[in-house]
Amino acid sequence: MTFLPKPKVRHPSLPKNALGLTRRDYEGGLSTLCAGCGHDSITAAIIEASWGLDIEPQNMVKLSGIGCSSKTTAYFVSGGHGFNSVHGRMPSIAMGANAANRDLIYVGVSGDGDTLSIGLGQFCHAIRRNLNMAYIIENNGVYGLTKGQFSASADVGTKAKKGEVNQQPPIDPVLLAMTLGATFVARSFSGDKQQLVPLIQAAMRHKGFALIDVLSPCVTFNDHEGSTKSYEYTREHYDAAVNADFVPFQKEISAEYAAGDVLPVVLHDGSRILLRKLDASYDPTDRAAASMAIQERLKKGEFLTGLLYVDTNGKEFHDVNETPAIPLNQIAHGRLSPGSAALAKVLARYR
Amino acid sequence: MPERVNNFAIKIATVNGTGSASANSLLMKSIFRSGVPVMGKNYFPSNIQGLPTWYEIRVTKDSYVARSGKIDIMVAMNAETYARDVREVTSGGYLIYDSTWPRPALLARDDITVLGVPLAKLCNENFNGVRTRILMKNICYAGVLAALLDLDVAKIRELLADTYAKKPALVDSNMKAIELGYKYTKENFACPLPLKVAPQLLEGGSKTRGHIMIDGNTSAGLGCVFAGATVGAWYPITPSTSLMDAFKMFADKMRVDPESGRKNFAFIQAEDELAAIGMVLGASWNGARAFTATSGPGVSLMNEFLGLAYYAEVPAVLFDIQRVGPSTGMPTRTQQCDILEAAYASHGDTKHVCLYPKDPEECFYFARDAFDLAERLQTPVMVLSDLDIGMNDWMCPDLKWDDSYVPDRGKVLGLEEIRKLEKFHRYLDVDGDGIPYRTLPGVHPKGAYFTRGSGHTQYGAYTEDSAEYQIVLDRLTRKFHTARRLVPKAAIEHDPKVDIAIVAYGSSDGAVREARDLLGSHGLTTNYMRLRSFPFGEDVEKFLEAHKLVFVVEQNRDGQMRSLLTLETRVEKSKLRSLLHYSGLPISSEFIVKGLLAEVEPKTRKPEVVPATAKTSGGAA
Repeated sequence: MTFLPKPKVRHPSLPKNALGLTRRDYEGGLSTLCAGCGHDSITAAIIEASWGLDIEPQNMVKLSGIGCSSKTTAYFVSGGHGFNSVHGRMPSIAMGANAANRDLIYVGVSGDGDTLSIGLGQFCHAIRRNLNMAYIIENNGVYGLTKGQFSASADVGTKAKKGEVNQQPPIDPVLLAMTLGATFVARSFSGDKQQLVPLIQAAMRHKGFALIDVLSPCVTFNDHEGSTKSYEYTREHYDAAVNADFVPFQKEISAEYAAGDVLPVVLHDGSRILLRKLDASYDPTDRAAASMAIQERLKKGEFLTGLLYVDTNGKEFHDVNETPAIPLNQIAHGRLSPGSAALAKVLARYR
Repeated sequence: MPERVNNFAIKIATVNGTGSASANSLLMKSIFRSGVPVMGKNYFPSNIQGLPTWYEIRVTKDSYVARSGKIDIMVAMNAETYARDVREVTSGGYLIYDSTWPRPALLARDDITVLGVPLAKLCNENFNGVRTRILMKNICYAGVLAALLDLDVAKIRELLADTYAKKPALVDSNMKAIELGYKYTKENFACPLPLKVAPQLLEGGSKTRGHIMIDGNTSAGLGCVFAGATVGAWYPITPSTSLMDAFKMFADKMRVDPESGRKNFAFIQAEDELAAIGMVLGASWNGARAFTATSGPGVSLMNEFLGLAYYAEVPAVLFDIQRVGPSTGMPTRTQQCDILEAAYASHGDTKHVCLYPKDPEECFYFARDAFDLAERLQTPVMVLSDLDIGMNDWMCPDLKWDDSYVPDRGKVLGLEEIRKLEKFHRYLDVDGDGIPYRTLPGVHPKGAYFTRGSGHTQYGAYTEDSAEYQIVLDRLTRKFHTARRLVPKAAIEHDPKVDIAIVAYGSSDGAVREARDLLGSHGLTTNYMRLRSFPFGEDVEKFLEAHKLVFVVEQNRDGQMRSLLTLETRVEKSKLRSLLHYSGLPISSEFIVKGLLAEVEPKTRKPEVVPATAKTSGGAA
């Protein structure tokens, strides 16, 4: 693609990326979520990440299910196609779309209800297939659109706005993904854009299923005292274990970090993720140890954040299926249909 | 019994998992290869081993493709079902059983001939190993039938050699069993029976020339390969699984890039039917030809996504290989019971394009047509086959492929077209046919739009505005009206002098064709319309209008197609009369003849005529 659209506002001082696009070119429709919603911060982080990666807008495919979080795919990168599907079924739409065209960047946005309740099955199987996509959960522990019911990620003892106390254990998407063999597992907080933007960039470039569970407080239904998913509680109980800086292939590694603190991970396209370990004992390439550490902290009511686990050697769906480099939707019919002579040969078996 | 050459039916009662399938297909194919038209139907249990199973072979010189409803020769190999198997034989017919053990109850009927062959004894004396003996006992009855029916043993050997090309030792052991049965029968009974097979190879143009024996799932899977499908997503369910197996088998052979060795298709076993149809939608939305195969329970699960596809206008191809419902029903038995479910699948005002293939040949061509229609109309297209079509081998004319075929990819804007647009509006009726233009991801930012199942305007934006919502919904009605012109037309045989008609569809066609011949011999002439698709075209309206009395023949309890016709055409409900067959076995011509005669007094009662003299209008030709 050589065509670039005209920026909506051509202010000379707006910074441009390598494609000559400003951040505004990566925006979408106006958000209709509540003022102060954590999800809007995540939308802003996705815009920042996409602009920073010089993504051609039309090459981004935005996918979602149903819920507050799923609405947000309309609020970023309006130059890319969006598919707001049905509740909990976004992974299957993503799977089909990715099967048809492996060249595009697939970004899924889901919520804790959409992923951990109605969509739990599809979520698990997308991980098993190592479907090449970035999958962001905007996790607030509550059903917003239906006004405040607990979701499956609600912690034991957390209090609903109307006073009800949750007694069922939560499903933690991060631990679940670790168990299922996910190749990229991260957790972050909607209020920590500095941590979130490079995580999203790394997730978009990771070859395989990249999960980012983003704690994203619901200002309307889950931001009160007694809630374990409020802004206040999250800020107090959140602890960065491994921060990641995403370095695209073309760019030099910045020399900000002293060698030794930084663990570089090279992605399939030559880009690098620089992992800055804040906790020396944490190893983000050891699945078992990482799982243990995450669980230890959860027991104390704390969330470890950052890029918690990464494996760049996993086979994604197309590796297993042995599909060609050219997207399936671009193969000419002449190469797909075997023709009448081949049919005649087939029929011999049925005489 | 008077001699009846090439015109009788055999039923073989065995136990599931004992190798009888090989024996049965051996018998059927050897008859087919001798130039005589044949029909085969497998009635099998939902079980791997141990439950009763039957196979019906009809030798039919007139190329009829349905059950006659009568059994002339019964091979009773299963003690558990002896009693009912004996009852089913037509008076004057034959019963063959394993006389290793005495079965005095078999002699309860004096109007049939009972032939005892010590099959187990013969095999125990000649083969070692329990499993081998069981398998060979079943091959052995094929030898018995070969002698009784005058089949060519050399042809059987030839077939075995084809089947076991890679395991020549099996050819010899199987032939040994065939010969054991053959020799014993020749020595102990007058062979052949009056019911026998006479090869028709030497006659100018045998009826099997230019024909194949194939099942509808295989031909549908093959059709998908030829139509250019690149994404197949599915969840295993009887009786649809073999369609996906066939697609994979053919694609593995014919879709591997010779240079790279990579596969020009994606084959995805989903976690359930919900995911399977989701994958199809995702892939179709992204410009691939994608499909799934399932059965009624799967369609139930897919309802939500089918509604999304209807409203968001995403192409999809779905094969529904119908089986007996409700609920889990009888998974290995046949019915046409998803007619209404398919036509109106999902909540809200939804309607879907459905195709009703009559046999494996039409499954092949409808596979191609389904993709063209789905992409042209930007909507799901369901091909409603059934277990009888999908899993039984049918004699069909050779499948043909036109190399000049160009797939109809519908109204998809390319890069240049998008560039020229001032603004792209996804759901605008530009051409007045109700079909909007669509774009694919990855082409141009100006073509980007947001696909959603929530209310949207004709420009593609979210809406909760009544008028904006209705504009789109009304356009969808216009689009469905356009579909009436594009779907396959009904197959109509209409003599204006006749005012009684039969309406049928799908796998009932063969039985109806034969029944009409038989009714003709009773002095009852009928017109015939075979529905091939929904929505119904003007031709369907006119045909219904032109008749005083219309019998709707269906394989379900509730007369689902009759309901659909009443809802979707101008026809008066009172003149549609149902003939309903829903036992789980394929409908027979006899059922239709009896049903019609019970309701209509033929104008001129001729004496009963033997079906053999009936004029041929059936068959696959």
